[in-house]
Order: sequence, then C-alpha cells, then structure tokens
Amino acid sequence: MILQVDKVDAYYGIGHILHGLSLNVGESEVVALLGRNGAGKTTTMRCIAGLTPPRRGEIRYKGRNIAGVSPHRVSRMGIALVPETRGIFSYLSCYENLAIARRPESRWQLEAVLERFPRLKERLTHKGRELSGGEQQMLAIARALLTGPELLLLDEPSQGLAPLVVSAVMDTIRGLRAERVSMLLVEQNANLALDLADHAYLIETGRLVTKGPARQLRDDENIRRSYLGY
Amino acid sequence: MELFLHQVLAGLATGGIYACMALAVVMIYQAIDHLNFAQGEMAMFSTFIAWQLIQWGIPYWLAFGLTIVISFAAGVVIERVVLKPIHDAPILSHVVAFIALLAILNSSAGFLWDWTIKSFASPFGSGQFLGQNLLSKHDAGMIGVTILMLVALYLFFRHTRIGLAMRAAAANPESARLAGIRVGWMNALGWGMAAAIGAVAGMLIAPVVFLEPNMMLSILLYGFAGAVVGGLTSPGGAVFGGFSVGVIENLAGTYIPVVGREMKLSIALCIIVAVLCVKPSGLFGRPVVTRV
Repeated sequence: MILQVDKVDAYYGIGHILHGLSLNVGESEVVALLGRNGAGKTTTMRCIAGLTPPRRGEIRYKGRNIAGVSPHRVSRMGIALVPETRGIFSYLSCYENLAIARRPESRWQLEAVLERFPRLKERLTHKGRELSGGEQQMLAIARALLTGPELLLLDEPSQGLAPLVVSAVMDTIRGLRAERVSMLLVEQNANLALDLADHAYLIETGRLVTKGPARQLRDDENIRRSYLGY
Repeated sequence: MELFLHQVLAGLATGGIYACMALAVVMIYQAIDHLNFAQGEMAMFSTFIAWQLIQWGIPYWLAFGLTIVISFAAGVVIERVVLKPIHDAPILSHVVAFIALLAILNSSAGFLWDWTIKSFASPFGSGQFLGQNLLSKHDAGMIGVTILMLVALYLFFRHTRIGLAMRAAAANPESARLAGIRVGWMNALGWGMAAAIGAVAGMLIAPVVFLEPNMMLSILLYGFAGAVVGGLTSPGGAVFGGFSVGVIENLAGTYIPVVGREMKLSIALCIIVAVLCVKPSGLFGRPVVTRV
C-alpha cells in the first residue's frame, strides 16, 4: 500500500467532519472516493495533504505516519493535491505558476509537461486569472506533476467544466493511469470516477458506507440509486 | 519655473524615502494582511545602529551595509519570535503586537541613545548637484540609492526562484504550501527585507530630518499614504504612490498658501482619506475578493 488512512477523525473548529474514516490506496492504483456534498471527501484530501491535520488516527504514506506533517513536507515526500478550487496563483503568469513547482528530481520535467498540455504552452505568458476554467484545471494538474508525485490526489477535477473539457481532463487522468501513477480521485460525477478507478469508497457524513472494486459498486443498483444519484 | 522644478526634484528625493517605507509596509501587508505600525520605529532603530557604528569609527558605507544585514536579521527574528506564535490569532492581537513593538523600539532607542537630536552625516556631501538651487547632492544621492534598491528588488522578485516563492506565498499561501514552499519562512524573509528597506530609508532621510527616536513617525505616515495611493496589494503601485506623495506634498506646501510648511503632514492624511473614498484598492491595487 502506498497510502493507508486509518481511523481518522477530523474537525473544523467544533464541527466533527470525519468519524474514524479508513481507506487504502495501493501502488499504481486509482481509488475513487465518492459521496454526496458535505460527506467529507475534500476534508479527507486535506487531511492527507497536511492542510487539515486530523485529531485522531494515522495516515501512513509508504509506511510512515504523516498525520499532522506540514503540507510543504508532505508535498516534498511525493504527495500532490490538485485542490477543488484549483489553487491557481491568479496574478502570476502561467509559466510562473509552473516554475514555482519545478523540482529537478521529478520524473515530469517542464518540457515534458508542456508537451502533455500543449494549450498551456501557448498560454505561458498569460496570468493565471486570464485562463479558462479548463486551462486552469490543466495548469493545476501540470503543477502537481512538476512536484514529482508518487501519489496524486485529485479533488473534483471535472467540477464546473464544459463536457468537452471534462473529456480532455479525463483523458489526461487516463494517461497518468497508464503511466501507473497512484491516484485518489474525488469526483461528483460518480460514473466518470467509477469508470476510471480500480477501487472505490463510498462515504456519508464522514463515515464509510461501503467499499469495493469500482465495477462492483457501479453494478450495485441499490448503491447507485441511494448514494450515487443515477 | 526653477522653483517648480526644484520642488518636483526635492519631492522626488523625499518621495523615494516614502516609496521605500510604502514598499516595506506593502511587503508585510502582503505576507500577513495587516499594516505594521512599527515599521517606522524599526527603521529608526536601524538608523541609530548605523549612527552607533559610525561613532565607533566604521566607515559610512561599511556601516550602511552592516546596518542592512543587522536589520534584515532583526526583521527575521521579530517575525519568528513575535509574529509567528500569533499567526492565527485575531486581528486585534496583531495590532497590539505592533503597538507594543513600536513602544518598545521607541523607548529602547531613547534609553540607549537618549532623546537629544543628533546630526547624521550625509555620504553625498552638502553641495549642489544640479543648478544653483535645483537639486542638492544629498537629494540626488537619495534618488540614486532608492532607484538602485528598487531595481535590485524588482530583479530579485522577477528573476529569482526565492523571489517567485515569496510572491506565491503572499498571493496564495495554501497553494504555495502544496507546491512545497515553506510559507512561514517566506513571511520571515519578507519581514527581514522590509526591515532592511526601512533601514535604507532611515539612513537616507536622517541627514534631512535629524536623528531622534520620533524621527520616522511622520515619514511612516507619508509611507502609508504612498501605499494607499498605489494600492496595498501592489508593490510597484506603492513605489509610484510614495514618489507621488513626495511631489504632491512639496508642491502643495509651496503653491497652496493655506498649507505651508506646518500643514504639510495633513496632506498625507487628506490623500489617504481621498483615495479610500474614491478607489479603496488604490490606483494599482486589486480588489480583495474573499470566498464565502
């Protein structure tokens, strides 16, 4: 296992968000984390990335407990989060947004990343806020890759994007999957997520409802109707 | 016409100092979202350190450089020791910390070097640089050193990795952390640089306003005015604002009879109020948008 989240409890102030949540991501595996709005999916991602340290439980990355480790250290250990808000530096250029994350030891160097995202190559001098939603999402993923992650956390990568752009983003994720990058994927569009994932976890109000192979969840009509809304 | 030119050039010279203070204010504002009321006192304390070094026989430019290094280190230490522990505290805690810092530095300077007014030598001499009465050597030196420093800062922020990391950390701390940047240390560097910029401003203006513990109070007010004019979120705007305030202050003092020399300081306050009423984000600042 590259990541083991073990009985994690997380809070925002006095709000108890995650209640003993556990999940695993294997090497080169794509795991989908599904649930309705407010289920605690983003909080789980933030806990793993170090942005919202859990109060109880362990988060083991390659066997080492990283619960409470600061986000910049988590990033340098090899975990990259593409946040739901995309986290673009609006007033830095597209090039500067990428340059900030460059690391010599990363398996993805700038030239290769720009080959993967040719649209960004054309927009290098534009400010982050001048990019379209799809371009910003590409930029967020490209920036995460430049940090050289072994585990990629993708929080709602299709949110707010036009169908054509969603398709391009999903193609990118498929490409990364083919390169055997371990990924934890949070996605409102359960169909898309289950299509991409090997395994899936379904959570509600911060608790695990069910888990299993993605295909199994997709074929379970009861779960589909009750939790996934299709 | 010569009077007008003289006032503009002299305004640019003092405006350079206001620009430095405005830039220092903006750098800290960008890092922590609050105005550092102790910025002037930090600059004053640094200037006393330079004076002390010169008194001990150290040549001016060596003392100048040493003071910049000492001020930078002190700025980093202040951020680590005073500001870091209260980083997530409410705004009032920051305000109280700044006021405490202001009072401590002010009274410490008075205690260490007493309250008497001291002269501070100008490294540029006392003669005229341009025309009979157009621009003094010290004013020309102030403009030159200010421009050199601003160009160096521009190059640092635009073309170095650490400058880029500091800009990213100020713009979006959470994303910067996710990119592996140590935001806390970037803030500390920002404090160090702001302290060093303030030190340069203090050492350059001291020959004009003389050295004493309250010397930077009005200078800081002009610096605030410059920062508000240019925009608290725009370092370049703050520099422009600082120079503008210097020129406006001089021209108003000369050509508006009611203002004169005594009322010059109120010009800064009028500018602050006017800009806040008309364009609160300043000429080059961006509106602050918060996700709710």
